[in-house]
Amino acid sequence: MPVQWVLLLSTFLFSVGVYGVLSRRNAVIVLMSIEVMLNAVNLNLVAFNTMLPSQRPVGQIFALFVIAIAAAELGVGLAIVLLVYRNRATVSINELNLMKW
Amino acid sequence: MQQLVFLVVGAVMAVAAVRLVTTTNLVHGALYLMVTLLGVAIVFLLLTAEFVAWVQVLIYVGAVVVLILFGLMLTRAPIGRTAMDRQQRMLAAPAALLLFGVTATILWRSFEGQTIDFGNEVADLDRLGTELFTRFVMPFEIVSVLLLAALVGAVFLAKRD
Repeated sequence: MPVQWVLLLSTFLFSVGVYGVLSRRNAVIVLMSIEVMLNAVNLNLVAFNTMLPSQRPVGQIFALFVIAIAAAELGVGLAIVLLVYRNRATVSINELNLMKW
Repeated sequence: MQQLVFLVVGAVMAVAAVRLVTTTNLVHGALYLMVTLLGVAIVFLLLTAEFVAWVQVLIYVGAVVVLILFGLMLTRAPIGRTAMDRQQRMLAAPAALLLFGVTATILWRSFEGQTIDFGNEVADLDRLGTELFTRFVMPFEIVSVLLLAALVGAVFLAKRD
C-alpha cells in the first residue's frame, strides 16, 4: 500500500479539524475538532514508523505520548468549559470576549 | 485485502469527520467523532500497531467520547437543530481547503513511490515495552506528572465551592 494514502487521509482529517475549530461556535465541538486533529497527527506518526529501517517502535511511542497529553488536555478543557458555563450560562465562544482587546 | 479495508475505513472516516464539523445536532457530532476515532484505531491495526490501536479504543472511544457526552449534558448546550456556525464560515472553508491542498501536494510529492510493507513488520509489544521503559522512561515519567497535574487541575476547576 502506498504510504501516501495514509498521509492523504491524515491531511484530510487535520484540515477538517481546522475547519471545525474555525467555523463552529460551540466550545465542546471545538474541543472535538482538536481531538480529530491530534488523531490525524497520530496516524502520521504510526505510518512513518512502519517506514523506519530499524525495527524500533519510536513512532508508536510518540503516538502514545500524544494520546496521553490529548486526554489531559481534554479533561482540563472540559473543566474550563463547565466553569464558563456555570459563570456565564453559555458555551458559545463568540460571547467569550472578556479577554479580547 | 488491506488496501480494500483501508479504502473503505478511510472513506467512512472522512465522511464522519465532515459530518462532525457540519452537523447541527451536538450528540450526533459526538457519535460521528466516535466513528472517526474507531476508524483511526482500525488503521492503526492495519499498520501493525496493535498496542496503540487498543490504547486508542480504550482512551478515546471509551473515555474521551463519554467525557464529551457528559460535557454536552452538563452544559445543556442547545441540542437539536440550531445554527451553530460562526460568521467566519466563509473564511474558514478556504483556509482549510488551502491547508489541505498545500500539505497534500507536498506530502504526495515527497513520498512518491514509497510503500508500506504489511508482511514485513510484526507488531512486537515486547520491543515497544522495552523501548518505552528504557530509552523513553524520562518522558514517560514527565507525562505521568502532567496527567496528575491535569487531574488535580480539572478537579479543582470543576468543584463547586
